Amino acid sequence: MRDSATAEGTLARWALIAIAVAFLGLFLALPLLAVFSEALRKGFDAYLASFNDPDTQSSIGLTLLIAAIAVPLNLVFGVCAAWSIAKFDFPGKSLLTSLIDLPFSVSPVVSGLVYVLLFGAKGLLGPSLSDWDFKIIFAVPGVVLATVFVTFPFIARELIPLMQEQGTSEEEAALTLGASGWRTFLTVTLPNVRWALLYGVLLCNARAMGEFGAVSVVSGHIRGLTNTMPLQVEILYNEYNFVAAFAVASLLAGLALLTLVGKSFLEWRYGDGLSAVRRP
Amino acid sequence: MLRLVAGLEIPTGGRLLFDGEDATHLPVRERRVGFVFQHYALFKHFDVADNIAYGLRVRPRRSRPSSTEIRRRVAELLELVQLSGLARRLPAQLSGGQRQRVALARALAVEPRVLLLDEPFGALDAQVRRDLRRWLRDLHDRTGHTTLFVTHDQEEALELADRVAILSKGRIEQIGTPDEVLDQPATAFVAGFIGEAVRLPVELAERTLRIGEQAIVIEHGLPAGAAALFIRPSDLTLAEPIGRNLLTGTVVSVRRRGPARRVELSLGDGLPTVEIELSAGRTARKGQAVHLRLLTPRLFPS
Repeated sequence: MRDSATAEGTLARWALIAIAVAFLGLFLALPLLAVFSEALRKGFDAYLASFNDPDTQSSIGLTLLIAAIAVPLNLVFGVCAAWSIAKFDFPGKSLLTSLIDLPFSVSPVVSGLVYVLLFGAKGLLGPSLSDWDFKIIFAVPGVVLATVFVTFPFIARELIPLMQEQGTSEEEAALTLGASGWRTFLTVTLPNVRWALLYGVLLCNARAMGEFGAVSVVSGHIRGLTNTMPLQVEILYNEYNFVAAFAVASLLAGLALLTLVGKSFLEWRYGDGLSAVRRP
Repeated sequence: MLRLVAGLEIPTGGRLLFDGEDATHLPVRERRVGFVFQHYALFKHFDVADNIAYGLRVRPRRSRPSSTEIRRRVAELLELVQLSGLARRLPAQLSGGQRQRVALARALAVEPRVLLLDEPFGALDAQVRRDLRRWLRDLHDRTGHTTLFVTHDQEEALELADRVAILSKGRIEQIGTPDEVLDQPATAFVAGFIGEAVRLPVELAERTLRIGEQAIVIEHGLPAGAAALFIRPSDLTLAEPIGRNLLTGTVVSVRRRGPARRVELSLGDGLPTVEIELSAGRTARKGQAVHLRLLTPRLFPS
């Protein structure tokens, strides 16, 4: 007897579960394990010693700096975009909606190249920039720009469906009660989307710290200056400095795990609000 | 229309007056209107007391009451809407009727110049609706707020209102007391809309009314020609087959409706069926031929 028409036979069920678990183990758990075991292969002291390298330290610092700039920027942009798309009707709205998804559909390397073509020494704006003695490509501003571009859909995409679903009636109620627009936003709109917003920030932050392709193109790999953690991992690895490479990688992996825990916590804490959200 | 009064939408023409004072271009927040939405629009993340206090807390500092004063007002309003024990509940923990009462208290908290209710009971079940309707009328009599109540339920409108305005396609067809609207419909639309009326196409000649194959003598002040006759269940009554000026009809079906019976009658082939009301003690057979007297002819030129 089956419980319901959709329940498969026991065998099929276990086979499906086994396939899913094996796949996850092979492609996710095993590499993750490898990162930590490689990093600790020569012992914990060697692991710690890899962080004494000033270039590695500066790459960690740069990564934190970039996330500290890109995430707040995209927070503001994401809230603005989601607000305008969800609560107003204006010409070009659907164009804006699809433009927000652009960084998802374009290869990060291409987005990096676009910046090189725009701001590089031979680029469109390059000459005038060098007149001002302001470097973007192969410098920190370029890395920040590329990261902002790659991460900008995350927060907007989390907020738009939720805000659309919630509609504008609570805001209208607040306005008729005498609240100003700003006050309405702070006391009504923001609290209603706070969990989705936090979730978007988490995802955005993880991507900002982990981005490789776009950053790799614009950074120029200048050690101690424009190398972020993912780039530093590559350099160390190419120099056969496996312990150090995997040590830095383990930090990134740790960040990913933290994000995962945070995400699960948010889903558990606020399942209703997030389940309405389409995953990017 | 309520959204125009509240200032949530901009009128394309005309003016909006509050007590003779032009409010057409006054921004929403300065209009002091109390708006109650069909789907409550309570602030989900605030509890009942904070919802009610919202309108007072967002006032600019100089006109904002002290926090003790706000607490006192909230307690007072909770009492008024009979929810005193539920101040710390979240909207999600309330029933529909309770939510709507919170929404009403929230709107009343700002001492609105006009209270706007947008189908406030539309999402509630019949029993709760009836109770709330009575309660709202009672509340209105005690507080005396000017109230604009929009509804599709004509029974609700006629029971609640001092004055009823009937709108069709954005135009006001008639404004009047429920008695005026019911007894003297100003237009054919109102006559057809109110009181479960059935519209029959009729032919008028001098002092004669022709319905299908039948004709009766009546006084009417309309020009001869085609006209529309509106018949409510109370406009026709069964009559003994003596005397003149009677219509004949055939019983199509008999239904029980509350304490009375509804009899559906055909006055002739091709005509819409009409209904009359019979007290439960009397009944009629399907297919039976009956004689009818037309008590109130509601005629409009068609």
